[in-house]
Amino acid sequence: MYRETEIIKSPGTDLDSEGDLVINIGPQHPATHGVLHLVITMNGETIKKVEPHLGYIHRSIEKMCESLSYRQFIYVTSRMDYLSSHINNHGCALCVEKGLQVEIPPRAKVIRVLMDELTRLASHQLWWGAMGMDVGALTPFFHAFREREMINDIMEETCGARLTMNYMVPGGVMADLHPNFQSAVKKFIAHFKTKIDEYDELVTDNMIFQNRTQGVGVISKEDVISYGMTGPSARGSGVQCDIRKLYPYEIYQSLQFDEILETGGDCFSRYMVRMKEMRQSLSIIEQLIDNIPEGDFQAKTKAVLKLPKGEFYSRVETARGEFGVYIVSEGGLTPYRIKFRSPGFSNLSALDHMARGSKLGDLVAIMGTLDLVIPDIDR
Amino acid sequence: MSATVNKKSAKDVKNIKEVVRADVVSATVNKKIENRESKIKNLQVPSLEHIADSIHTWLYVTCSPALALIIEFALVALCVIGLFSMLGLVLILMERKVSAWMQVRLGPNRVGPGGMFQTVADTMKLIFKEGMTPDGADKFLFNLAPFIVMIVAMVVLAPLMFARNFQIWDINIGVLFVAAVSSISVIGILMAGWASNNKYSLLGAMRSGAQIVSYELSAGLAILSIVVLSGSLQISEIIEAQQTGWWIFKGHIPVFISFVIFLIAVTAETNRAPFDLAEAESELTAGFHTEYSGMKFALFFLAEYVNVFIVCAIGATLFLGGWMPLHIGNWSGFNTVMDYIPSSLWFLGKTFFLIFLIMWFRWTFPRLRIDQLLNLEWKYLLPISMVNLLLITLMAILGWHF
Repeated sequence: MYRETEIIKSPGTDLDSEGDLVINIGPQHPATHGVLHLVITMNGETIKKVEPHLGYIHRSIEKMCESLSYRQFIYVTSRMDYLSSHINNHGCALCVEKGLQVEIPPRAKVIRVLMDELTRLASHQLWWGAMGMDVGALTPFFHAFREREMINDIMEETCGARLTMNYMVPGGVMADLHPNFQSAVKKFIAHFKTKIDEYDELVTDNMIFQNRTQGVGVISKEDVISYGMTGPSARGSGVQCDIRKLYPYEIYQSLQFDEILETGGDCFSRYMVRMKEMRQSLSIIEQLIDNIPEGDFQAKTKAVLKLPKGEFYSRVETARGEFGVYIVSEGGLTPYRIKFRSPGFSNLSALDHMARGSKLGDLVAIMGTLDLVIPDIDR
Repeated sequence: MSATVNKKSAKDVKNIKEVVRADVVSATVNKKIENRESKIKNLQVPSLEHIADSIHTWLYVTCSPALALIIEFALVALCVIGLFSMLGLVLILMERKVSAWMQVRLGPNRVGPGGMFQTVADTMKLIFKEGMTPDGADKFLFNLAPFIVMIVAMVVLAPLMFARNFQIWDINIGVLFVAAVSSISVIGILMAGWASNNKYSLLGAMRSGAQIVSYELSAGLAILSIVVLSGSLQISEIIEAQQTGWWIFKGHIPVFISFVIFLIAVTAETNRAPFDLAEAESELTAGFHTEYSGMKFALFFLAEYVNVFIVCAIGATLFLGGWMPLHIGNWSGFNTVMDYIPSSLWFLGKTFFLIFLIMWFRWTFPRLRIDQLLNLEWKYLLPISMVNLLLITLMAILGWHF
């Protein structure tokens, strides 16, 4: 009740008119995929204002990292964007390696990229299923999980875990690839290549789905930049922001892949970016799977890591956008201050802009195409 | 001379005897055939029609007419309640199995053989659950709403013809009765949404109201097209008119169009995906029955499935000939084989085929948005069905149908 009155009376808005309906979507709601709380002011079915309330799953990860060593803090980041935990770990490992000035062996680089792309695929598969659920189709979810299960099995064999893998360490990866890795990945590629066409048949080509997403939640290129959106959500409006292309890390500069850009800026464009990115990730994995160089999987590092005094920043492209790690070191065993730049927070901030004037059903579709992971927003 | 006459007469007598014998033989053969036919007829006796008739005559022979009538009322009520619960159990299990089949899952398979008693277990759980009423709710309306929805679903069962000459009430305005009574259920849904004192429920109820009121038009026009062709509102006569072939085959393309419109409209009327905006899980959590729990929720749930059965049964009656078996022109062999299948099986088979279609929609289509839903009805389906009705009327007047 407190929140409702506060919002209606907040200055600068014309929301205090009669007949407005204030609805709390969340913190427990099927559409928010987590504990996101949206306070929506509506007139009938038309949305006038969306106000996200955060903090329900805030664990002060950044503060926790200040008391953890440079080896330990990486694993906490698996719990932020749990769907691209590999890539989060990768970003942190890159930042620590930048500070230590360690050159990692080529085998480790290839393994890291392979794992990143597999994670991206798994994340996009889950997003595809959840997106279908958001617009009311329940079947895609199960079809997506069938394929995601194969990736999880591959991860389980090599990394020992299925969701929070904790596989990246400063200097390389924690363990060598499982002997079955190559054959399992090849089997997955062959399987998924037929299934992704099925995805298109089931959802992309569906008239109802296209009507639900085309022209909905439009955001212009300029607005994308000013809101700081990144990742597939920004590329749907034609903004070049793929870190793998702009600031290539590991071996991305030597790989053949396209940065997917769509110009519509609506939900369907964002949807198509992710669908095409899945095919790009497949081609990256195909390029690498037969060319994993022999050698060490981990560079030799000291048992206790100490970063020199200074500030270090590294960024990677997660499944949701740009993930930045900023470490301030005083030269001690633990970081003095850590800041994570997570993609979900900026993407969520544009939700109000996109959703105003559209219907309640559109809001759910917009949230679906933003691909929000709430622990990533709240940290 | 006399000898010859005698001989002749003897010959005649012999001939006559032979003729008589032949007659006797043929008579016995005929008798045997008749016996066999009557035996075959006797074999067909345990049909629903005969059971109902024999109970009816027995009751009127043994009791006074008033008592017999009251007993019949009670029997019918028991049968309807039994059918209601059976339909709920069977259809929910069917939905779960169909959805599992489409979603590469197994579905319920633990309770009973093949998961057959899963819905029974779920119902038991719902019966024992507390039916809570929220503090701010309008208690009377809140508790009344599920019963209205369920009673409507029960009453609509009355004119349905489940088998040859087997129905509760052959009212002469059967189709009109169904259309009129089924529209009352929207009052129950609106009542539930309003009385819950929950914004989600209210939104769901308002959506449902707009949706059902609009789609009733298309459904009504589609039903009307068959009424025009059959020349009667009575369900039994509509089925009788399909003796020579189902309307979907006899009525050329216009009847097929109205069949498709009917299917779309009733999917919307029963609030099922892709038109499940009233409960829209990802938007309104559970729509108009968000606040309901326990058996009150189960009544909504049950009514939804019984409504699906009813609209599919009406679709089967109007377009697919109800209990009429499939006959193809002059293929007498094929036709007699088809006649041997009991009429109740024909009716249930057609109905469950349509139910499967509606379940298929639900598990493959995304949901429409509210404005798209209303656009579809008012801008596309309604004009099409109006023109279609004109075409069918023309067809019926000129006798172009088969």
